[in-house]
Amino acid sequence: MMIGYELKLATPLAAFFVLFFVAPLLILLYVSLQADPGMTRMTAAQFGRFLLDPFSLGVLLRTLFLGVQVTLLCLLLGFPLAWCYLRGPAWLQPVLILVVLLPLLTSVVVRTFAWIVILGRQGIVNAALMSLGLIDTPLRLLYTEGGVVVALAQVQMPLMVLPLITALSRINRSLDDASAALGAGAWRGFWRVTVPLSLPGIIAGCMLTYAAAITAFITQSLVGGGQMLFMPMYIYQQATALQNWPFAAAISIIFLAAVLAVISVFKALGRLSQARANA
Amino acid sequence: MRRRDGWEALSFRLTMWGLAAVAFLLLIMPSVVVIVVSFTSGFSLKFPPPGYSFRWYVALLDAWQLQFAAMNSLKVALWTTGLSVLLGVPAALAIARSPTARAKALDSLFMSPLILPALSFGLAALMFFSLIGLPVSPLTLVAGHVIVCVPFILRTTIASIAQLEFSLLESSASLGATRLYTFRRITLPLIRPGILAGAFIAFMSSFDNVPVSLFLRDARTDMLPIRMWQDLEGRLDVSIAAVSGVLIVITLSLMMLMERLAGLSRRLR
Repeated sequence: MMIGYELKLATPLAAFFVLFFVAPLLILLYVSLQADPGMTRMTAAQFGRFLLDPFSLGVLLRTLFLGVQVTLLCLLLGFPLAWCYLRGPAWLQPVLILVVLLPLLTSVVVRTFAWIVILGRQGIVNAALMSLGLIDTPLRLLYTEGGVVVALAQVQMPLMVLPLITALSRINRSLDDASAALGAGAWRGFWRVTVPLSLPGIIAGCMLTYAAAITAFITQSLVGGGQMLFMPMYIYQQATALQNWPFAAAISIIFLAAVLAVISVFKALGRLSQARANA
Repeated sequence: MRRRDGWEALSFRLTMWGLAAVAFLLLIMPSVVVIVVSFTSGFSLKFPPPGYSFRWYVALLDAWQLQFAAMNSLKVALWTTGLSVLLGVPAALAIARSPTARAKALDSLFMSPLILPALSFGLAALMFFSLIGLPVSPLTLVAGHVIVCVPFILRTTIASIAQLEFSLLESSASLGATRLYTFRRITLPLIRPGILAGAFIAFMSSFDNVPVSLFLRDARTDMLPIRMWQDLEGRLDVSIAAVSGVLIVITLSLMMLMERLAGLSRRLR
């Protein structure tokens, strides 16, 4: 008897994806191999131009490193939050889930705008520090890399916390008791039992956070300002302001490849941790 | 020995709850700050505001550019969500329970827009449409939005299909119900919350999309997040705070509604 549905039900969406997703990406690759904006000759020169240019490479590395900082900060704060969500009193759970979900669904421009208000010269951080007498003149917090990292950590935190909650809720609570009964202290039990068992969730959360942080165009450009260039803005500038489509396409391909490389490392780690958690 | 245990347990709990409190503040502070600042009586984004008033909300009533952009974003988000449901739900039914390699490959393909940089995709789509001679229009915009929004519907729908009780469908079939009848009367009502939750997230992310809209809208189709972004790049306008206040309140209300109707928080994990 047939209960499942035939694969042909996926045909309309598959056709839609081939037309509007696969074809555009192939076109992107094709344009990136053009010698000039007039598209007269095929060459790989655009890639050479990027990979041999210290400025371009610097933008790529800075973007990839930004993702690392944001991911680590999200993990440092997100893991305890997920842990407290599961260990805290029952009334706290709906409050916490609301606080985690609200940023996920609020417009990114709104969330970023909030950070402009918080980090600005007349913002809440400077006002607090000045009223405490810790500083005399407002600090420059906006348009700094630290500001971008903190703002992005808030914007992407839900992507870290949700998979962590799922992973932590799958861990059998009696393992904690067992580890305590066997004489392991709270910290030891945490590092030897909880963290290894939640590794699949940690890796899934890190992957989502990292991918979102390095491509977060709006937050990067508004909090980072004009001086700090990251890959998405670099692509946008080359494509629109300079109308240099072949170079913009080549940067896009390099960026896509970098993201895919990082993702596949995370995926490989995920498979390893899954195998260990099941073993 | 016992005393050391006590200290260790205490330091562990303090660290965890302390860091969680920082995370909690970090998550909630921006929304609170925006709401407070939006009621300022002054002309700057000073915090705390010098006084409180509704003036910036009143000013929104005359802000026709923002209203026009908001209407465009709403229309595109509705079309995107409708089309994403029509294409996504059948696809979810097809791949949810299929163990074949082809279904797995389709799943990866459909999910890839979630991971790949949306800006690169937006640029690729612009190049594609201009090379095949199709000018950008609301139509191309919706096509691009569907690509980046349909994964949300697939994810929640596939998850709710996975939780279906097989035996229900089997007994319906053994009682002589046709497959269409079984789908309409049993499968669809059971997976409806999953579809609804996915459609809601797809709607919100289309309404909020910048990287794809940036390339695929035409000059007449001003979109709200882009309008706000460009306003913020230029000058720090307090009316953006009022728009943000309105958006936060709408998001919060829709979220609570969806929690009731579809158990949103359970479906996002």
